[in-house]
Amino acid sequence: MVQTGIRQTISQIAGICKQLDQVSLMEVCGTHTVSLFRSGVKSQLPANMRMISGPGCPVCVTSQGYIDAVCELATREDVAICTYGDMIRVPGRTGSLEQLRGQGADVKVVYSVRDALGLAEKNPERKFVFLAVGFETTAPATAAAVLEADGKNLINFYVLMCHKLVIPAMSALLSAGDVPIDGFICPGHVSVVIGVQAYEPIVENYGKPCVIVGFEPAQMLVGILHLVRQVAQGQARLENVYDVAVTDEGNKIAQQLLEQVFEPGQAIWRAMGTIPASGLELRKRYKRFDALAQFDLTIGPDYDPPGCRCGEVIQGKVEPNSCSLFGMECTPIRPIGPCMVSSEGTCAAWYKYGRHGG
Amino acid sequence: MSTPTETSQDEKIVLAHGGGGELTRRLVAERIMPKLGNKLLNPLTDSAVLTTNKGQISFTTDAYVVQPLEFPGGDIGRLAVCGTVNDLAVMGAFPKVISLALVIEEGLSLSVLDRIVDSIADAAKEAEVIVATGDTKVIEHRQGDGMTITTAGVGEMLEGIELSTERITPGDVIIVTGNIADHGLAVMSAREGLAFETELESDVAPLNHLIGGMLKQGAELKFLRDPTRGGLAGVLADLAEDTGYSVEIEEDKIPVSRIARHTAELLGLDVLTVANEGKCVAVVSEHDADRVLKTCCEHRYGKNAAVIGRITESAPPLVELITRSGGRRLVQRPYGEELPRIC
Repeated sequence: MVQTGIRQTISQIAGICKQLDQVSLMEVCGTHTVSLFRSGVKSQLPANMRMISGPGCPVCVTSQGYIDAVCELATREDVAICTYGDMIRVPGRTGSLEQLRGQGADVKVVYSVRDALGLAEKNPERKFVFLAVGFETTAPATAAAVLEADGKNLINFYVLMCHKLVIPAMSALLSAGDVPIDGFICPGHVSVVIGVQAYEPIVENYGKPCVIVGFEPAQMLVGILHLVRQVAQGQARLENVYDVAVTDEGNKIAQQLLEQVFEPGQAIWRAMGTIPASGLELRKRYKRFDALAQFDLTIGPDYDPPGCRCGEVIQGKVEPNSCSLFGMECTPIRPIGPCMVSSEGTCAAWYKYGRHGG
Repeated sequence: MSTPTETSQDEKIVLAHGGGGELTRRLVAERIMPKLGNKLLNPLTDSAVLTTNKGQISFTTDAYVVQPLEFPGGDIGRLAVCGTVNDLAVMGAFPKVISLALVIEEGLSLSVLDRIVDSIADAAKEAEVIVATGDTKVIEHRQGDGMTITTAGVGEMLEGIELSTERITPGDVIIVTGNIADHGLAVMSAREGLAFETELESDVAPLNHLIGGMLKQGAELKFLRDPTRGGLAGVLADLAEDTGYSVEIEEDKIPVSRIARHTAELLGLDVLTVANEGKCVAVVSEHDADRVLKTCCEHRYGKNAAVIGRITESAPPLVELITRSGGRRLVQRPYGEELPRIC
């Protein structure tokens, strides 16, 4: 039985949307993209509501140059790559980590950076490089691992930094102004760390409503209702409907860890280019853990695989079915771009759960 | 520079080829079946049905490579016996004998081996099968603590039973015999590099007595399959593909424990695609559904059985889920091994 509450929220959203021509809401986070599809909520939204997936899938926003550097590193005999699962299937110039593993490269899928650290401790003869990918959700764990490695004087544990920050990406999208966005469904997990107040600049500088939302269907629908209400009333406020987990100030301990180990630095985003202060770099004191320097790696230029439009998809400029490769040459079996690889990727969600390409 | 879409003879096997999803299906269809296909193999069912001068027998083989060897709720030994028994049972056979080939890596502790053999003996006793033949090999140290088991199994086909997707028609209902996703999540919780605390235990169990009971009802039971790798989603995708009909299931009717649902959510996995080793999916005529369900629920391995959906005429043939919020989405066979997400 569908809960009455859910049914009511859906009809309230529909009622408000009737008064509007078109509403475009961006869900910043990849987990929201998947949850909207997997829960069926997307199929229950009014026809004039467009849900735009934003740059919140960590794998998708990783530049192709980084992927190529990782693949190069994986071919070195004394190196083991430790990575979250989604990264292993992103194709680089010379193949993916999954393919390299098939050819003998030492690629280990870990669920937490702590496991990578454990492997390094257990196998002192090998060098372990953790691919530090993800937003403010995963970055504190990386910071904690670096501190632990430092405390234990580990000399065979490294991180290849690629952590990114959500707010600068949202600002960059709004500054570019290419995509009409009426409001943001702000990420749940990231907000637990950064807190409600982190979004104030988005509301104040760009006049866009922001609502922080959890991942349960009922939660997402309430968040969408709050957003369309603001849009209909011409308001731009910051609201938090995920207050069981997200506080105004966020997680102070996690923020302190980030502050202690990292400093903001420019970061290369797939297709969005270099955005100032949108990434995290190791502070000088911890530079010895930086795989980039220690292995003399360079992150080459970013590029999209030929024909692939992932770069536009992650900015909400096009929907997956606008890409001529979508569902044809590019499928979860043989993905060409990262948005089809990642379990949080927009293309993968459209392909897996959408009946008519969405 | 070659683009990632080009296929070449240099393409190598990756782990996901063995994940039981779409990639496995294609590997078998494209690389193996054109060369080895024959009347017995072509249906690619869990076991082959052979006609002897004394009636029909069912014949199966399987390999077990689970890591770690011991996991909450079971181990590779119990898994090998139950997996083989279940592959025979879902074809409508009563399992009689199995073979075991143990390939052991040097360095395996004898106490681990003892526990695994004990567990083989217990499972065989429970399933009433005899380990009739076997082989033991030792190979050099690879990953350490390793062991794989390859089995074969033979069962006697129960008389008067005809299980085939060809008998399925729109209106038939789909039953699953209990909580899904426990096995895959329990194994994952114990895997190196992924260890997390959970109360979940694998559901690994021999289903021949449960299935025997269901078949003996005389109900119009049309098809049985154990949703192992690829999970419930894999079995239902096969059903839609083989029958040409659609499958509609309802999320709030699918039995899944709270812990399993939350663990899967935490890991970013879909419970529908997670492996089971002690569950069976049955397609039954609607008028017999209650009877079959009751039989299931009376058995220790079928306690939480439920009707989860039905076969429909909706075209094209797809598997569709009506979600708890009342929305709809597709259910597809997973690509390969499903991996936990990043955040």
